[in-house]
Amino acid sequence: MATSPTPHFQAEIGQLRGLIAEMGGLAEVAITDAIDALVRHDEDLAQTVVAGDAKLDALEAEVDRLAVRIIALRAPMADDLRDVIAALKISGVIERIGDYAKNIAKRVGQIDDRRKFEPLTLIPVMAGIAQSMVRDVLNAYGARDAALAVEVINRDEKVDNFYDSIFRNLVAHMMENPSTISTAAQLLFVARNLERIGDHATNVAEMVYFAATGLYYSERDNPGGLEKVI
Amino acid sequence: MAEADQTRLLALIDMPALLVEAEKVTFANRAALALLGAHIVGENVRIALRAPDAVALLMRPDGGHARITGVSVPGSIWEMACHVLDGGTRLITLQDMSIQVSVARAHADFVANASHELRTPLAAIIGYVETLSDDKAGEDRQTRERFLGIIRREARRVQSLVEDLMSLSRIEAVKHEAPTDPVDIVALAREVAGEFAESSPVEVASDSGQAVVGGDRSQLAQAIRNLVDNGLKYGRPGGKVAISIEASATGWLLLQVSDDGEGIAPEHLPRLTERFYRADASRSRSLGGTGLGLAIVKHIVERHRGRFDISSRVGQGTTASITLPLSSG
Repeated sequence: MATSPTPHFQAEIGQLRGLIAEMGGLAEVAITDAIDALVRHDEDLAQTVVAGDAKLDALEAEVDRLAVRIIALRAPMADDLRDVIAALKISGVIERIGDYAKNIAKRVGQIDDRRKFEPLTLIPVMAGIAQSMVRDVLNAYGARDAALAVEVINRDEKVDNFYDSIFRNLVAHMMENPSTISTAAQLLFVARNLERIGDHATNVAEMVYFAATGLYYSERDNPGGLEKVI
Repeated sequence: MAEADQTRLLALIDMPALLVEAEKVTFANRAALALLGAHIVGENVRIALRAPDAVALLMRPDGGHARITGVSVPGSIWEMACHVLDGGTRLITLQDMSIQVSVARAHADFVANASHELRTPLAAIIGYVETLSDDKAGEDRQTRERFLGIIRREARRVQSLVEDLMSLSRIEAVKHEAPTDPVDIVALAREVAGEFAESSPVEVASDSGQAVVGGDRSQLAQAIRNLVDNGLKYGRPGGKVAISIEASATGWLLLQVSDDGEGIAPEHLPRLTERFYRADASRSRSLGGTGLGLAIVKHIVERHRGRFDISSRVGQGTTASITLPLSSG
C-alpha cells in the first residue's frame, strides 16, 4: 500500500498516527474528568483537567513538526500523503476538543447550588453521547474504518437535538427561578461546549473518511463528480 | 527464547497479549485482536492503546503495571502489565477487572431502584387483600371482583418485573464473554415476528437471504421481541410495526424495528435504556411495562459487541436500530 516503502518512512507515519491516538486518549479523559468534576463539584479534578491541556498543546506541536518533516524530507504520495494531511488537520481539531473540556472544567467553581438543580442531570447524558462520538471516531481512525466514521457523522444530529432540548429546558428554568440564572447560564455554556465537541468529532470523522477512502465525505454520493483527490 | 517460540507461546494463551518493538505492534494474539481490533499489528502501539495511563506505561523504560479504563466497552476496567524482554521488545498483557468493579456498583443501583419498583405493587396488593378480609367489603360481589382484578394485575406486574430482573442479571453475569454461536438474524427475526402473528402482523424485510452473526440465539430473540413488543405497545393503535434487516458490505448488520406511532420527544431518547426510566410513566405502567425492556436490549446488544440506538420523530414514529458485527466466516 505504501508508495515509499522505506522502513524509516513507515515508522514515521506510524509515529504520526500514534501521536494522534495519544492526543485522542488525552481528550477523552479530559471530557470524562471535566464532567465528573462538574457533577461532583470536585475543583481539584477540574484543576487537573485545566492543567492537563498543556500536554495536548505540546503533542499538537509535535504532530505539526513531524508532519512538516515528513512532507519536506520524504515527499509522501497517495495514501501516505492523505495520512499526513489528515493527521495535521485532525490534531488541530482534537486540540480544540481538549479546549472545550478545559472550558467546562473552568466553570466548575462558578456553578453553585447544584444538588437542587434538576437540569444538571441532563448534562452527563449529553456528555455521554459526545464522548461516545469521540471514542468511536478515534477507533475509526485507528482501524481506518470509513463505515464507522459515517456512523459517527450521523450521530451528531442526536447531540444537536439534545442541545436544543437542554437549551429550552434551561431557559424555562431561568424564567421560573431567576435566582438560578447565573448557574443556569454556566450550564448553557457547558451544553454548548459539548455540542461543539460533537461537531468536532464529526469533523474528525470526515477527515478519517477522507484518509481511508480518498474521497471527500461531502461528495460521497456524487461519484461521477470528482475523482479521487489524491 | 527465540522469537518464533515467543509468539507461538503467546498464541496459546487466552489473555490478550501483544509484542511491541520500537513502539510498533509486531504480534498480537487472538484475544488481543478480538479486544483491540484486527488492524493493530504493524501499527504504532498507541493506535491499540491510547488511554493516557497506558501511553505513560508504554513510554517508561522499565515497564510495570497500570489500571486503564474503556478498552473494550466504555467504563470497562483493565489491568495492563508491561514487561521489557531481552533485546528491548515489550510484552504487554491485559486483564479484565471490570467484573470485580462493576458488581459493587450494579448492586447499589439495583437496591435503590428495584426496591421502589417492587414495593409499589406489593403495597397495593397488601392493601386490597386487607380490605377484602374486612367482611363488609368482602361480601359485596362487585367490589370483590374489582379488587381481585387489581390484585391480579399488580401481582402480574411483580411477576414480570421479577422475570425481567432475572433476565437482566443473567445477561449481566455473562456480559464480558462475547457469545459465538452462529445465529441467522433473518430467520430469527421471522421467527419472532411469527410469535406476534395472531394479534398483529409484523412485516420482515431483508436485503439478503441470511445474515449470520456470532451470538446467543435466545438473547438475540429476546432483544428483537422486546423491540417489537414496544412498537406494538406504544405505536398507533392498529398501526404497523416493521422489521428491516440490512447486511451491508461493510461487515456490519443493521436491524431496525420501526413503528408509525406518535414518537418520543428528543430529551427522552438518550435515557430510554436506563433501568426504570420511562418517557411516560403512567402509560408504561398501565400497559404492563416494567421499565426494563430497553435496558435488556441494550445489555444484550453490548454483550454482542454491537450498538443500540433509538431515533424518533414526534408525530411520525420511532425506529430502534441494532448494529452487530457480521461473522466473517
